[in-house]
Amino acid sequence: MEYTPPPFFKRGPSLLTRFAFFSMASVVVLVADARFNYLESMRRVVAVVVYPLQQVSALPGRAWDWMSDLALTHSRLLLEHEQMRAQGLRDAAGLQTQLALSAENEQLRQLLGMRQRVPREFLAADILYAPRDPFTRRVLIDKGSQDAILAGLAVVDRTGVVGQVTRVFPWASEVTLITDKEHAVPIQVLRSGLRGVTFGVGYDGTLELRFMPVNADIQSGDMLVTSGIDGTYPPGLPVAVVTNIERNAAYAFARITCTPAAGVNSHGQVLIVGTDPRHPDNPVAADEATAVKPRPARKATR
Amino acid sequence: MMRLHSVIAEQERSAEILRPARGFYIGATLMLALLLNLLPLPDFAQTLRPDFIGLTLIYWVVYHPRRVGFLPAWLLGLAMDVADGSLFGQHALAYACLMYLAILLHRRIVMFGMRQQVLHILVILAAAQAVMLLVRLIAGFDFPGPLYFAPSIVGAILWPATFNLIRLPLRSRADPDAV
Repeated sequence: MEYTPPPFFKRGPSLLTRFAFFSMASVVVLVADARFNYLESMRRVVAVVVYPLQQVSALPGRAWDWMSDLALTHSRLLLEHEQMRAQGLRDAAGLQTQLALSAENEQLRQLLGMRQRVPREFLAADILYAPRDPFTRRVLIDKGSQDAILAGLAVVDRTGVVGQVTRVFPWASEVTLITDKEHAVPIQVLRSGLRGVTFGVGYDGTLELRFMPVNADIQSGDMLVTSGIDGTYPPGLPVAVVTNIERNAAYAFARITCTPAAGVNSHGQVLIVGTDPRHPDNPVAADEATAVKPRPARKATR
Repeated sequence: MMRLHSVIAEQERSAEILRPARGFYIGATLMLALLLNLLPLPDFAQTLRPDFIGLTLIYWVVYHPRRVGFLPAWLLGLAMDVADGSLFGQHALAYACLMYLAILLHRRIVMFGMRQQVLHILVILAAAQAVMLLVRLIAGFDFPGPLYFAPSIVGAILWPATFNLIRLPLRSRADPDAV
């Protein structure tokens, strides 16, 4: 039983008033966030408050991992060790030829007077969890601004491009996957050198290669790698494999669907690719200089 | 006749006199619900996971009206938005609508037996999800398919369990009939 004064004495604002107030507040927050991106700092503050709770809620999963680590059998470990050793040997052979090739490549580039390729830094991170939001394709990783992660960095895994860092919190950051709707990755067809852009369609396992003419030199099974002209993704990383091409002369472009090369859902570790310090800034200053001029004229006409 | 008996028994159970809920206990249940919402799960479980915060809020509003206000619900919504990486304010708006519906219907819900209550809860949870869907559609996202509403159905099915679990510590320990 509750001992509050009878409701007809003190009721506070009516239900409808309270509802109207809080839904208006939500709408204001929504518009400020979605339209103007004003609330990123507020989001960061809430993220710091929520972070310990996220750590607590991750405990059962960690305990489970720890238990299954304990329960590993000796024979299984031996087998895995054997497999790793064989893999290492194969990788070493590949790397040796790659070293020679990259040295040769550098020399050729020097002879031709082209810009040298800069080796980029890689930082390993664990995938914490995939948020519950069914509208987007994202994952959270356990490195944040404390580890000098910046928004916009590319994220790759063992087999290909995973996505891009879109939001950075102090101890975690949010990676938007390449399968997220309208997420674009500039690519190049490995076989023909043709350049294009893939777009995510909003569900797992499919990418679309848009704006390719019907007669473009592209085949089913072609490997698509990053072209590197965006300055975000380093060139030559596998993005997807072409699975289906519909060439219909009634449309200007062919419908090309691809399967992403990276297995984001199958393993828990990713690599964050550092920026290329020598990539030139995007040319925006010139536009600003010309955009300033017409303003006084507009004022005068009002 | 049997059915009538069971309905009456259920109504008696929901009308039993409980010890007053302390603010600390209410806060603890809401915190636990937030933790359950944040628990990392494999993909298939993720699509089915009900909104535990919504369920807990509905319980408190229906059975202990005027103990949980709009403000804690709204703040929990903001926390969920940050954890989910969704639009800031989306869950907050959904929880405001959920609170409004639950307060509006609370006198009605307690009149019904458990099975009919489940239907009411389903409507409230689905309305909250529909608000979020509307916000996302306006923001330019696509409808993710009918499975989007699965959490509401699972949540409604879990309502009797939630009801019994939350009021477990509130039951008076001494049996009044034993005197």
